[in-house]
Amino acid sequence: MSLTVDAKHRATAKPVLSEGKRAERRLGLLLCAPAAIVMIAVTGWPIIYSVWLSLQRYDLRFPGKQEFVGLTNYVTVLSNGYWWTAFGTTALITVISVAIELVLGMALALVMHRTLVGRGLVRTVSLIPYGIVTVVAAFSWKFAWTPSSGYLATLVGPNSAVLTEKVSALSAIILAEVWKTTPFMALLLMAGLALVPDDLLRAASMDGAGGWQRFTKVMLPVMKPAILVALLFRTLDAFRIFDNIFILTGGSQGTGSVSMQTYDNLIRGLNLGIGSTMSVLIFIAVAVIAFVFIKVFGTAAPGSDSGRR
Amino acid sequence: MAVLTTGKRVRWTVIDVIVVVYALVPVLWTLSLSFKSKATIGDGYFIPQEWSFQSYLDIFQTNDFLLALVNSIGISLIATAVAVVLGTMAAYAIARLDFPGKAALVGFSLLVAMFPQVSLVSPLFSIERSLNLFDTWPGLILPYITFALPLAIYTLSAFFREIPWELEKAAKMDGATPGQAFRRVIAPLAAPGVFTTAILVFIFCWNDFLFAISLTATTRSRTVPAALQFFTGASQFEDPTGQICAAAVVITIPIVLFVLFFQRRIVAGLTSGAVKG
Repeated sequence: MSLTVDAKHRATAKPVLSEGKRAERRLGLLLCAPAAIVMIAVTGWPIIYSVWLSLQRYDLRFPGKQEFVGLTNYVTVLSNGYWWTAFGTTALITVISVAIELVLGMALALVMHRTLVGRGLVRTVSLIPYGIVTVVAAFSWKFAWTPSSGYLATLVGPNSAVLTEKVSALSAIILAEVWKTTPFMALLLMAGLALVPDDLLRAASMDGAGGWQRFTKVMLPVMKPAILVALLFRTLDAFRIFDNIFILTGGSQGTGSVSMQTYDNLIRGLNLGIGSTMSVLIFIAVAVIAFVFIKVFGTAAPGSDSGRR
Repeated sequence: MAVLTTGKRVRWTVIDVIVVVYALVPVLWTLSLSFKSKATIGDGYFIPQEWSFQSYLDIFQTNDFLLALVNSIGISLIATAVAVVLGTMAAYAIARLDFPGKAALVGFSLLVAMFPQVSLVSPLFSIERSLNLFDTWPGLILPYITFALPLAIYTLSAFFREIPWELEKAAKMDGATPGQAFRRVIAPLAAPGVFTTAILVFIFCWNDFLFAISLTATTRSRTVPAALQFFTGASQFEDPTGQICAAAVVITIPIVLFVLFFQRRIVAGLTSGAVKG
C-alpha cells in the first residue's frame, strides 16, 4: 500500500506507471514466480551441479576417492567406443524413426482431417498409442517378439530371434517408437492442415492440379511451419529414447542409446562422475539439435511469437 | 460438398479399419495375454484359447502391484494438481498481463520442454540422496511438476487467448481488482482449458519411466511403470508375463477412459499448445 501512495506523490514530479499498470506488473510477476522458481530449481541448478560433478572423480562405490580431475571424464567418455556406438545408435534411431513418423503421420493427419466416415472413431483410437504408457506398449512388443509365444515371432518364422540380433532388434525398437509417436506427429500436422484454406485447394483443383500436385504445391508450403515444429519436437524426443530400449533389449547387442548408457553408468555402475559427464554431453547434443532447427531451418519455436505479442 | 458415393464410403471405411487395427493391435495383444491361463500363455495365439482371471487375482493379492498403484495414483495426482495451479497462474499472466521478464519466462519454459530429462538424472540422483528425497514421493513429484509446467503453460496460455476478455474489463470497470477479475470472472471461463491441461499433464506423469526407475529404490515410491520390471510371478521360477500384462491393462484403463470421454478436448489441447503457441 505504501508503494502506491509513494507513486502518487512522485507522479506529480515525473511520469510514472499508473497505479493500475503497476498493480498489473506486480500481479504478473507474482503469478509467474512459483512456476519459474520450480523450473529453475529443478533444472537450472542441477545442470550446473552436473557440470561440476562431471569434473570430479566420483564413484559411489569408492566415495573416499572423490577429487577434482578436470576434463579427464570427458576424455574417458569421448575416447570410449561404447559411447560412440550408443551415440551412433541413438542418431540412427532418431533419424529413421522421425522420417517414418513424418510420412505415416502425414498420412494419418490427412485421414483424420478428411475422412468422411467415422472421423470421431479414427481420432479416438489414434489417441490410444499417444496416451498409453510407453513401458506397457514396450512390453506388448517384447512379448509379441518372444520366440514361439508371440504373434509377431510366429509370423517371422519358427527360429526367429528378433530381439537378440542387432539389425532386427533395432528395427523392433524403431517400430515400437514409430507406433507410439506417429499419432502425436499426426496431431501436430493436423493442426497445420487446418490452416490450409479450402479455397486455395479448390482454386488449384480448378486450374487442373491433381491430388499429388495440390499436396506438394499448396498444402506442404502452407504447412511448413507446423511440419518444422513437429519435426523439432519429435527429434528432441526421439533423441532421449530410453523406455522402449530398456524393455525390449536392455541395451544389449549394441542397441543402447545414450540415455541407456547414462543410466547404466549412474544407477548400475554408481559412477556419478562419468554419468554426469554423459548427462552434460547429451544436454549439449540436444542444444545443438535445437539450435540447428531454430537457426538453420528457421523453425518458429512455439511461444516465440507470444512473447512479442 | 460431402456427397458420399458408395465407392468413397468403402474406401474411407477400409482406411479407417487400417488405422483402428494399427492403433489397437498391441493393446489387444496385452489384453489377450492378461486373460490367458497359465497353461496357454505361451501358445502364441492372438486370442486366448482358455480364458482365466488368474493373473488379475495374482497381482491384486500381492503387495507389489497394489503399493505401486497407490504410488502411481498419488504421485501423478499431486504433481498434476500442483503443475496445473502453477501453470494456470503463469499462463494467465503470460496471456493477459504486461510485465517485465515475460519473454524470458516463455523462452525458459521452451528450454525446459526441450531439456533432455536424462541429463537431470545424475544430478538429481545425487541431490536427492543428500536431501533425503531419494525414493520418496516428493522426489518424483518435483521433477514431474517441472517437466509438466511447460506443457501446462503452453496449453493454458493458448486456451486463455480464446477467452472473451471484454468480460474482465467489464468486471474491472465495476470495481474489481485484477486479482478479483481473475478469480470471479476468468477462472470459471477457463475451467475447460484447465481441465484439458490437467488430463495432458496427468498422462505425462502417469507415463514416466526414466525418473521412476532412477529415483526410486523400493516399493515406498516405485510407480507401476517402474515396478513392472520387478514382477517375478508367484514363485521365483514362474513366468511373470501374465501378471505384467494384467498390471499393464489396469494402468491403461484410465488412459482409455480419458481418450473415450475427452477425445475432442485432448486433440484441441495438444494442437493448440504446440502450434498456436
